[in-house]
Amino acid sequence: MMTEELSDKKLKVSTSPHVHSKKSTEKIMYTVCLALLLPAAAGVYFFGVYTIFIILSSVIACILTEYAAKRLRKHEFKMDGSAIITGLLFALIMPPRIPLWAVVIGASFSIAIIKEAFGGLGYNIFNPALAGRAFLSVSFAGMMTRWIAPVASPFAESVTTATPLNDSFVYAGTKTELYMDLLWGNVGGSLGETSALLILIGGIVLLLTGVIKWRIPVIYIGTVFAFTWLIPGEDPILHILAGGLFLGAFFMATDYVTAPLTDRGQMLFALCAGLLVVAIRVYGSLPGGVAFSILIMNAFTPLIDRYIRPKPYGYVPPEKEDDKDE
Amino acid sequence: MKDDTVVKMKLFNNKKSNGVHPTENKLSSHKKIESTGLPKEVTLPLCQHIGAPAQAIVKRGDEVKTGQKIAEACGFVSVPIHSTVSGKVKKITKTVSAVTSRVMEAVVIESDGKDEWVELNKPAHPGTLSKEEIIERIKEAGIVGLGGATFPTHVKLQPPPDKPIDSIIINGCECEPYITSDHRLMLEHGEEILKGLEIMMNVIGCKRAYIAIEDNKPDAVRNMKELLSKDKYPGKITVESLGTQYPLGAEKTLLKRILGREVPVGCLPMEVGVVVQNVGTLKALYDAIYLGKPLVERVVTVTGMVKEPKNLLSRFGRPAKELIDMCGGIVGDADELIFGGPMMGVTQPRFDEPTQRGTNSILVKKSEKVPESNCIRCGACVESCPMNLMPTVYVQFTKNEWYEELEDYWIENCVECGSCAYSCPANIPLVQYIKVGKSELAKLRCK
Repeated sequence: MMTEELSDKKLKVSTSPHVHSKKSTEKIMYTVCLALLLPAAAGVYFFGVYTIFIILSSVIACILTEYAAKRLRKHEFKMDGSAIITGLLFALIMPPRIPLWAVVIGASFSIAIIKEAFGGLGYNIFNPALAGRAFLSVSFAGMMTRWIAPVASPFAESVTTATPLNDSFVYAGTKTELYMDLLWGNVGGSLGETSALLILIGGIVLLLTGVIKWRIPVIYIGTVFAFTWLIPGEDPILHILAGGLFLGAFFMATDYVTAPLTDRGQMLFALCAGLLVVAIRVYGSLPGGVAFSILIMNAFTPLIDRYIRPKPYGYVPPEKEDDKDE
Repeated sequence: MKDDTVVKMKLFNNKKSNGVHPTENKLSSHKKIESTGLPKEVTLPLCQHIGAPAQAIVKRGDEVKTGQKIAEACGFVSVPIHSTVSGKVKKITKTVSAVTSRVMEAVVIESDGKDEWVELNKPAHPGTLSKEEIIERIKEAGIVGLGGATFPTHVKLQPPPDKPIDSIIINGCECEPYITSDHRLMLEHGEEILKGLEIMMNVIGCKRAYIAIEDNKPDAVRNMKELLSKDKYPGKITVESLGTQYPLGAEKTLLKRILGREVPVGCLPMEVGVVVQNVGTLKALYDAIYLGKPLVERVVTVTGMVKEPKNLLSRFGRPAKELIDMCGGIVGDADELIFGGPMMGVTQPRFDEPTQRGTNSILVKKSEKVPESNCIRCGACVESCPMNLMPTVYVQFTKNEWYEELEDYWIENCVECGSCAYSCPANIPLVQYIKVGKSELAKLRCK
């Protein structure tokens, strides 16, 4: 087509750049959703069919709450996958026999109060799933600490048990067997946090697809390992494999919105969170060291972003008066 | 020859900058430069450079010849404008700059089709001219940086005496996708480029020069190396084949990559003893001294959704649509006309917008703009910023009109390369917010 036949009216004017990478928020979110299906599958395998209903009701509650919140705020509802992530994560950190009504309350609270009330995607200060769990912990303490042993078959009766980090936990086998069970997930605990191996595989998928970077999970887990190793009487391998550390390290502490922006900020964030886990588990009396460590550090994220910034190209440090005295 | 194609990358080096790697799309890299004949009419804006606009010295009805000065430089950082055809001044009009959106004067000249040249400076060997004469001739020829920034070259050739220049970097990176005009110049006019470099080294009194080329142009690297080995040049000149990355060709990232130096915030490269010059500018330098010709034409890559992408040698002031038609017109449903590359180029509102000195490319494409969504703080912009800034905070501050805060985050350091907006998964037009923020901050400072 010669330009004579074309009208100038067709031409669009906009700011550079005029090309864009293939990245999109949706792609990132759905990759995380896929990676989360691995620990979810482990939950169903170890804790029976009932957990499927927990996962479904949590995800559906999150999506519906977000839709309602958007309608109330007269914003356009867009299915970007972030509500599904919150729903999945929330289900994965539930005790495996929690009543469904409690799941719906917690999941709706996550989205309505923690996410949408702060402005929606990108504006929340706390990780919605973790804050939702904290809300349930203080509201229904008994229900939130009732753990069961992994079931023999999907429809088998469940038996109450203690989780590996609890003082009353007793294990019949050798230490190596315990580590293997922790790795596979064959222990009592939250729905999707017991199988360290599957979470690790999901985490590696996220690392390889470039969704997350190594700093937060490696430093977070490394700090917990190093410090429990230094404290006499603590078992560092038990500490990193048990509880929600892997799930928290790969899927929650790495949450873009609630973690610092810069590499150095993320390193500090992970280090402090790791120290908090050790402090809560070793010296505290509350369960849920991982959840609270991340929530506390979420609160510090704006501060970290304010003071830890990359050194810009060609940075000239301001001249200090002290230098002249020397 | 292996050395040509392998990037020398160390695992931990302080020379690397962040960046992105958009699809290269160098559609016209194998097309020889074609000359295009004379335009019927040219529109010559009087400010085609960074600095003060030139002042018209012709009026309506005047007869002008090709290469005749039609506007005089106004101040030190300014250059004259020359007629690019012979003919009659049709009118002097107001126009909106395609680059800066400022209103300025433009001279419209109707060609008589004869292309009679004005009497030129006698072609001279630079050895016979004094330093001052060379600089004067370069200024009079209207030479500006042809990489796109159009900074007057004679200013770069006169660094203040307290800032000695120890290295010259010749920029043949052409890191923008699509554009191939510098690539073709290095292949077809390598000798002139080196002669131009020789002039520059002598004028500045610098003994070390680097020719920087991205490794996606191995033929250009080879050609420049061969030419260097043939002739004797003063001082030491080396060809650096660098790993392809956008925005390597930005002068600040380029000199960091080659020399490991960083230009202090808010300063020019001469602060750290370096001058960076585009290959096209050196060709223009050669033309001005060896041939006595002022700057009236350049190579323009016409590419994107055109039937046959080409590299065209065209006089300034020619409407873009004529060049597009020379490439067989537009194919498909294009709705964007861009002067420059897709990363930093400027969209044009009309097909007959005249090309200018900084127009290294005319890109026709389909708009890819998607509505922006919320920032998810993923940090992709921070990770891709070659100047190590935090682009997303500029968006927050600009949206909230907290313009003073922008200064704390070194917004003046931003080169507007677009890497942040390119990599943003939420499609936020970061460069747009940064531009608004910068101009609002400037207004606050004036108060």
